This record gives sequence, structure tokens and C-alpha cells, in this order.
Amino acid sequence: MIKFILGRLTYLIPTFIGITIVAFSFVRILPGDPVLLMAGERGMTPEHYQEMMARLGFDRPIWEQYLEYLWRLLHGNFGDSINTKQPVLSDFLALFPATLELAFCAIIIAVAIGVPVGVLAALKRGSWFDQTTMTVALIGYSMPIFWWGLLLIIFFSGTLGWTPVSGRISLMFYFPTPTGFMLIDSLLSGQKGAFASAAEHLILPSIVLATIPLAVIARQTRSAMLEVLGEDYVRTAKAKGLAPGRVVGVHALRNAMIPVITTIGLQIGVLMAGAILTETIFSWPGIGKWMVDSISRRDYPVVQSGLLLIAGIVMVVNLIVDLLYGLINPRIRHS
Amino acid sequence: MKLKTTLLAASAVMAVLAGGVNAKTLVYCSEGSPDGFDPAPYASGTTFDASARTIYSRLVEFAPGTTSIVPGLAESWTISDDGLVYTFKLRAGVKFQTTDYFTPTRDLNADDIIFSFDRQGNAENPFNQYVPGVSYEYFTSMGLDTMIASMEKVDDLTVKFTLSAPNAPFLSDLGMDFASIVSKEYADKLLAEGKGADFNNNPIGTGPFQFVAYQKDAVIRYKANDTYFGTRPAIDDLVFAISTDAAVRAQKLLANECQIMPYPAPADIEALKANPDLTMMEQAGLNVAYLAYNTLQAPFDNVNVRKALNMAINKQAIIDAVFQGTGVVAKNPIPPTMWSYNDAIVDDPYDPEMAKQMLADAGVTDLSMKIWAMPVQRPYMPNARRTAELMQADLAAIGVTAEIVSYEWGEYLKNSTALDRDGAVILGWTGDNGDPDNFMNVLLSCQSAGEGGSNRAHWCNEEFSALLTQAAQSTDQAERTSLYEQAQVIFKDQAPWLTIDHSTVFMPMSNKVTGYVMSPLGSHEFATVDIAE
Repeated sequence: MIKFILGRLTYLIPTFIGITIVAFSFVRILPGDPVLLMAGERGMTPEHYQEMMARLGFDRPIWEQYLEYLWRLLHGNFGDSINTKQPVLSDFLALFPATLELAFCAIIIAVAIGVPVGVLAALKRGSWFDQTTMTVALIGYSMPIFWWGLLLIIFFSGTLGWTPVSGRISLMFYFPTPTGFMLIDSLLSGQKGAFASAAEHLILPSIVLATIPLAVIARQTRSAMLEVLGEDYVRTAKAKGLAPGRVVGVHALRNAMIPVITTIGLQIGVLMAGAILTETIFSWPGIGKWMVDSISRRDYPVVQSGLLLIAGIVMVVNLIVDLLYGLINPRIRHS
Repeated sequence: MKLKTTLLAASAVMAVLAGGVNAKTLVYCSEGSPDGFDPAPYASGTTFDASARTIYSRLVEFAPGTTSIVPGLAESWTISDDGLVYTFKLRAGVKFQTTDYFTPTRDLNADDIIFSFDRQGNAENPFNQYVPGVSYEYFTSMGLDTMIASMEKVDDLTVKFTLSAPNAPFLSDLGMDFASIVSKEYADKLLAEGKGADFNNNPIGTGPFQFVAYQKDAVIRYKANDTYFGTRPAIDDLVFAISTDAAVRAQKLLANECQIMPYPAPADIEALKANPDLTMMEQAGLNVAYLAYNTLQAPFDNVNVRKALNMAINKQAIIDAVFQGTGVVAKNPIPPTMWSYNDAIVDDPYDPEMAKQMLADAGVTDLSMKIWAMPVQRPYMPNARRTAELMQADLAAIGVTAEIVSYEWGEYLKNSTALDRDGAVILGWTGDNGDPDNFMNVLLSCQSAGEGGSNRAHWCNEEFSALLTQAAQSTDQAERTSLYEQAQVIFKDQAPWLTIDHSTVFMPMSNKVTGYVMSPLGSHEFATVDIAE
């Protein structure tokens, strides 16, 4: 197992270097630069423009800037934001728990509903349940997130008044947030009603963010189950006279879970992308919104280091998924 | 059951929020996150609202709802006859805020005033680079780096500014956000402790509210400054709930999660106006949108061609379609709410037949041109692409083929200043300090006509520029008014722009909010606001 983990880890190093190159060049390929945007309608003389670019170090050859960036990274320095002058890492650490909390709730919803629905749809293939859920899943998969979020806000918060419109907790609550996870911090605060407020603020954004992964997981579970249910060993298990629940739960589901776990792992990337829109609609102070703001302002240090940190997290999640394969299917571990 | 419990708890929380059991709290749904809390290095209105307009004060202030200058930290001032020396007498006993991170040991004095400007203009000032790479764009772009020749502390409560040349807008410049007065004592303390960056994160000022906490991208909390030298705010706590999406801000206002919000989406305005629980304030914005021809290029170097094109475009149709009727057609480069606006000027009429004739007389046939449409929304221009399309159709009616082009915003801003730019550019301006100089000098003078400058028409009219210079150097308001009025006549006669519109700014709020005054400069201030229990 250790050899297997080490093997996977060696893949990470070239991937990491690749990501630094992509992240570094991506933001510079975009037209425009931070100094032009800072000048705005007022404009800037060519001399002053050059002076500003030099002050920020953007006048030097691109490879020199990249090597310096890499050198700083190796020393744990992710750079400072051009706009806020704050260290990128401290902003990331302040905002990331909000995104993680939201993504965690969303993935729980997506798996808790998506897997059983997919299994049931496969077992009752062709039934009204199968057809209805798969049609709903297709709609969910194609849902424009921004529109969907706004629709839920208008209905549940505006018309019915059941849920708060946006934010992480009612503004009435004010307490230190040592962990950054509002559900935990609200409990630690000991303030009455704080946890309930944090939880209800999570409902709509989690549903919105879970929508696409839920649809994908349900459809993937269904097709994986259908494939496995047609396998010889399932027929054999049935022929042996095993209880149907055991055939499905142990023999079929366990094998069907391999592609499903792959899908769940891949949804982490989808969640990060979905978080950008979800966070914008729900005024959720996470890294998605932070990245969008920084891209639109061409805040190079934030974009390049932010992308790197997000990519690093996706890589770690995928590594965990790889390790899970090994646990579920020993053949992968030994191959 | 759990949901019910949750909902009950939520209702209780909302009731507390709405009722304000112990303290009066006003929640403002702000449109974005501040870049920091030191106003000097920044340029966005969002940052200024969260810092300059709440935490700080300035030597002079704009009287609420106007652009007139009134005393601020300076209780009076004198200007020498040659217009070069400004002597400010400071208020006695003004206290910097006491917070859990700083307790001032002395009142505001002349050292703080000099420090507030010196740190921006003097690279040798130890606080100039309190965060590496920081720059003071506003200070430089308003010309204060060359305008202020020297500053002198006469005594603790008297400070003297000597200018390098007479400059009447100087006083208005001092009312701007970047000119907020900061505490030298606090800066010195942070510098000694090696914690310079805290200056931007834990601000100390003399304004109506003091900073309590900022949760990045989510909430800013302030409380009333009990030692404020003016009237203490009627509200005890002020909260900025950051909500970037306009539709979501409107929903929050409707749900009473906030009581006041800026920048409603044009599509929401009617619904918000119709709601009996809300009040909609509105005001003409201190802005202008324009289409700048490149007057260096043929045939746009011919004033008759420019006038013909101006007469071909139906501006009222643009106001109706793009602004849903909520703006006014512009005829001058400055908005009607600004002093010296020349209302006697008659706009070029919308007359396609005459336009066609004028083009023929100028010998221009089969004219093809480009119209640059901005890729972003601005307060003065919510939809440049749609505006350009309407112009394109109007121009087609007189036989002019117009192609619409656009670029990424940064590129747009830069390329539009190129001297050899191909095409007319849609752009606009929002005033900084309410002085006509801040519109006409910035946007139309010879001085700003070069590459990289803000005169996108590249129009240099010596007579026009001379009037502006004379007006800037005069301290006689009547004389200045007359000079700017004359300048507007030349502008209209020479038509370097098609003046498009001055937009209207809306501010929806709960009926419980009283005392809010809209600023023509577009800032949002809460010192005078109260909220009914």
C-alpha cells in the first residue's frame, strides 16, 4: 500500500509544476493588466504606466518573473494581492473554510440523494420512478446555476419567507470564528440560535451547489448498477439463493461504486467551479467569489496562487479517491 | 419539526434585527468589498464608502447633498490674494477614535494634517511605503504632487499650504476621500512596532463611526463614534452586508435583511418603487456619457462632419431604450446639477435630413466608421452595446455605415487613448469633487489630449484650454462661472463629442429609514441617518 501511495505521489510533482506554469501564464494571456484597470477612465501617460508596471515588477522578462514566483513558492510565499495588499495565503485561509463548508454540505446532499436514487432507478429500470428521476436529473444537469439560485431565493426567501436571502449567518450574531466553519463556530460561541441560523443559511446555497453533482451522481450510479446487475457473478449470487438485499448491497453496489467514486472525485472540480456562481449569488464569502473578483481585476498574484491552491486541493482529493479505489478493489492496488 | 424550530428561531432573529432591542442598528447592503480601510491608496467608491465616509473626516467637507465646501476639521481658512497660500485653522479638541487596538494620547493637531498629505507625496516619508508597492494614484492624478509646494505647521492648530500656482479647485480636492486625515501618532506607533500593514486593516480616524470588525467579503461592522466632533450619529451600530448581485440586494431589502441599498438593477426599479414598505430616493448623477470622435483623423477633423453625425443620432431614443427613461439627454460636458452649467446652450437638433445635407456639403460620401462600445456597465452607461446599436441604425439612415467594436476593458481604456485610434469611442465620467475643472480639464483640455490621456477626442482647442486655465487660477466664483460658461459655448460649437446622457441614481430604502441624504458625488454616508423602532 505504501508503494502504491508513493507511486501516486510521484505523479503529483510534475503535475504541480505544470499547474504553476498554467496558472502563471493563464492570467497573463488574458488581455488587459492591473495597471490599466487601476487607471480607469482617467487614463495614464505611457511614462506613468511604465513606472507603475516597474513598481509591481511586471516590466521584467516573463521567465524571470516566473522563476521568482517559483522561488517564492518554494519558500512558502504566495505573494500579496495588488489591490488589497494582503498576503494571498492569509486571504485564502480566511475564505477557504466558507467554501469547504458549503462544498461539504453540497456533496453530502448530492451523495445522500444521488446514490440511492440511482440504485433505485436501476433496480426499477423503465418504471415511472426511473423515467421521472432521470428526466429531473437531466434538467438538473443542464440548470444554469445563477438563474436557479435566484429562482430559489425569490421563491423560498422572497415569497414564502422560509429561508434567509444570503450570507452565512444572521447579522445579529457576532462572535469570533476561530475555525472559519460557521456551523462549528456558532456552536462554540454558545449563543442561542446561532447554530440554527448558520444551518438555515446553508440550505439554499447547498441545494444550488449540489444540483449538478447530484444529477451526475444519480445518472452514473444508475448506469454503473445496470452494468453490474447484468454480470455473471450477480446472476450466480442470485442463483445461489442469496437474499436480494445482499445481492444488491454487497455484490452489485460495491462493484458499481468504483465508477461512482471516480465521478464523486471529479465532482470536486465541478463544485469549485459551481462555487464561483453560487457564492456570488448568495454573498457567500468564499474563494470562488474571491477568484472571480481577482480575475476581473487582473490581480496576478491572487489569480496565480489562488489557482494553484485550488488545484492543489483538487489533486489531494483525487489522490484520496485513488487510495479509496485501492481499498475497494485490491486488483488496482496490486497492479 | 426541526425545520419549524429553525424557522421560529429565524423569525425571532429577524424580529430582533428589525426591532433593534438594545441598540439602533442600520444594515446597508453594500455592493462590494473594500480594498482596504486606508482611503489614500485606492480609487473605488466602494472602498471610500467603507473607509473615508464612515471612519474619517477631512479638512473641508462637502455639505450633505451638495458639492459646496463647508468646514470640516478646519473650522475656517484664508486664501492669500495671489491664490497661493491657504491657511487652515483647525478645530480644537478633535479626538481620534479610541478602540481596542489604539488609544490616542493627544487631540488632532497640525502634525496629523501634514502627515496625511506628506506620506502620499513624499517618497522619503517613512510611511510612504508602509505596505511595499503601495501607490497613491488619486493624489498624483489630481495633481497634488506638483500643486503643493510646501506645508508648514504654524502652531498646533494652524497649518499653511503653499501652492506652486494658483488653483481654485484645490479646496474641493481637499474634500475628497483620498484627502482624509489620519493619525500620525497611530502611524508612528505601528511603524515602531513593525506592524505598518495594520494601518490599512485596523483604521483610526475622526469620523462619525469607528471600525469594529471586517469579515472579508461578508460583513463590516462599525459603531457610532461617541467622541465625534460633529453631531453623534442617531444609530448606534452600522453594518455593511456585502452583496454583489443587485437582484439579491433587492431581495435582502424586501426581506428586511438590510434597510438600504445602492445601485438597484434597472429592471427592479419599478417593482421596488411600487412596494409600500419602501421609499425610493433618486437624484441626477454627477456624470456624463459621451461618444468621442477622433478629431485628429479625417473626416472627423471637420467640425461640420462631427455636427452632422451628432444631428443624425436620436438621443432621446437611447434614453428611453437603454435607461428606461431614467436619465436626461446631455447637451453640455458637465451635468445640469453642477454650478456653471450653461443652460442657455441649444443642443444640436435631431434632424437626419439636415445631417445628410451637411455631410454632402462637406463632400463626405459613403462614410464608414467604427463605434467603440464599452464591455462593462458604468453608472453613466448601463449598456454601451445597445447604445451603439441604436447609433448604428440612426447613422445608417443618413447613409453612414457604422461597425461596432469592443475590447476587454483594460485594453479598451488603453487603446481608446491612442492618437491613431480608428473610430468614435463611447465612454463617460463621474465627477470626483463637484468642480467643473474636474470634468472639462480632465476630459477636454489640450493638456490631457496626448497618448494615454483622458481626452479621448484628442481635441485641443487653445481658446477653450486657456479659459479653463484662467478659471482654475481664479478664486472669484462669479468669474469662474462665467469662464466655464464660455468654455461650454466653444465646446458645443466645435462638437468634439456627441454628449449622450446624464443618468439618474436610485437609492431604495425601508420606510423606517429617515435622514438619508443622497450625495451628488455618489458616495454613501450614514452620519445623519436614523431608523424608526
